[in-house]
Amino acid sequence: MGFSLFNYWVVILLMMAGFYTVIASGNLVKKIVGLNIFQTSVFIMYISIGKVFGGSVPILAANTDLYSNPLPHVLILTAIVVGVATTSLALSLAIRIREAYGTVEENDILEISRREDDEE
Amino acid sequence: MTIGHLPALQVVIPLLAAPVCFLLGRWPRLAWLLASAVAWTTLVIAIGLWLQVREGGTISYAFGGWAPPWGIEYAVDRLNVLVLLIVSGIAAVIFSGSWESVRQEIPESRQALLFTNLLLCLAGLLGITITGDAFNLFVLLEISSLSTYALISLGRDRRALTASFQYLIMGTIGATFILIGVGILYMLTGTLNMADLAHRLGGLQGSRAMHTAYGFLVIGIGLKLAMFPLHLWLPNAYAYAPSVVSAFIAATATKVAVYVMVRYLYTVFGPEFAFSAMYVQWLFIPVGIIAVLFTSIVALFQHDIKRMLAYSSVAQIGYMLVGIGLVNVTGLTGALLHVFNHALMKGALFLALAAICFRIGNPRIENIRGIARQMPWTMAAFVGGGLSLIGVPLTAGFISKWYLILAAVERGWWPVVAVVVIASLIAVIYVWRVVEAAYLHPRPEDAETVAEAPPALLAVTWALVLANVWFGVNPGLVTSLASGAAEALFGGYLP
Repeated sequence: MGFSLFNYWVVILLMMAGFYTVIASGNLVKKIVGLNIFQTSVFIMYISIGKVFGGSVPILAANTDLYSNPLPHVLILTAIVVGVATTSLALSLAIRIREAYGTVEENDILEISRREDDEE
Repeated sequence: MTIGHLPALQVVIPLLAAPVCFLLGRWPRLAWLLASAVAWTTLVIAIGLWLQVREGGTISYAFGGWAPPWGIEYAVDRLNVLVLLIVSGIAAVIFSGSWESVRQEIPESRQALLFTNLLLCLAGLLGITITGDAFNLFVLLEISSLSTYALISLGRDRRALTASFQYLIMGTIGATFILIGVGILYMLTGTLNMADLAHRLGGLQGSRAMHTAYGFLVIGIGLKLAMFPLHLWLPNAYAYAPSVVSAFIAATATKVAVYVMVRYLYTVFGPEFAFSAMYVQWLFIPVGIIAVLFTSIVALFQHDIKRMLAYSSVAQIGYMLVGIGLVNVTGLTGALLHVFNHALMKGALFLALAAICFRIGNPRIENIRGIARQMPWTMAAFVGGGLSLIGVPLTAGFISKWYLILAAVERGWWPVVAVVVIASLIAVIYVWRVVEAAYLHPRPEDAETVAEAPPALLAVTWALVLANVWFGVNPGLVTSLASGAAEALFGGYLP
């Protein structure tokens, strides 16, 4: 019983690790990595939902009448594409930030911004 | 033939026009014309849909002929047609007047990209509103969000980049929470169609997994609609985005998120579960009240007018949450009306600000001293939008606040009435700061003389200001739509 929920424990572990990295890390690129781990945990959750114990691959064949559910896998393919788009956009923003500020450390950027605000 | 496909065309036309817009990269003016034409087309389609559902009917459109609940369904009723009208209407007006401002603020090589992203954002927002499928909603939400991040990063100030990055991180966390919630709902019910979900969740009351899904969805959507204290991404994003982008997203993006919240609470989970089992009103009322009071006060201390209006937006979201939290038909009507009216007033104010930015660059209060003499029409438009924001009678803002106050009185919650009135008085002060600087101070000696804003920009600003007045004097059309939608959402439920 406990082992059948193994996937979901992994999901929770990855989700928390990713979420913690996003919040705790001051480096923008590490934040993106954390965000990726966070999203990946949800992908694993969806993939686990689709598995039917004893079910075969969802291809119509003789002698089988129990199939795994393909729908969550299709859904998560879409979500993976969204994740890739988000990551690439985030990384390109990080590059632009590095060009504009000369750093990708959040504290340094905040420091520079605060100085700019004061000058105004 | 075409009439039957209107729900699909509503989203497909801007989605297909976006890559065409991108191909027009070398002719940004053509890209602008295309984007404006497409926005007006979506408005015409929205009006067509409204004519079909205004008597209370609903349209169900099966994408690709796959019957719901298996295929993706687009469903139009009085609730989302109201949001479709305001989003497409605001897009049509803002896109048409945006050219001069874009040409000045954005390098030529990126102008067509801006219009491409605006169209993608519009397609996403309209899609979120019209879809009847929980997963489709997530995908369209990400389309609109990703294009919004790109749009914000086009701002001239380098702080636009960090604002965009911050929004990306918070927005993605919000969207992922929504994805988790939808996943758990699918696990429970085996369906993604909202109507079907509602039907099947009815038999699952008390399930722990359903409570979890509910929690993830409320927080996820709360991040998207800038529910206090999840609003931290909003002020910088609005302040550093290009002027027309601020106007567009301030008027539409959070409103669509409020719609999603209403849709999930009432249609998917049902008011019985949301209010009698999960007591969401005891989240929304305090959070809404704190948002209204706290961010209004923060707005008082801003030097940047764009930032001031951004904080005021968070406060206005607070009103909508309070309206939902009052749990009666009048309150929900007030919240829906405020979605519509706030889009009109913030659209007008941000466009007036775009006109000011066009001439003086940085919209700080000390920079606009005495400007009313040189830009009388622009400042008059700002005052018009400001009056509506305060909620002066005969403007649209008055109607929605009136409904909110009526709803609070109906419940006998006088402190809520007091909060609405006090926050309106604070709004008087922060609008007055701008008016005082522009009208009562002389223009500094060393300041350069500025001319009136370009006519196109001025025309669309005034179109929205006049819309504020028109919907303030003739509220019947929108109130009947909103109250009809609210009654249908409550069904037979009484708290």
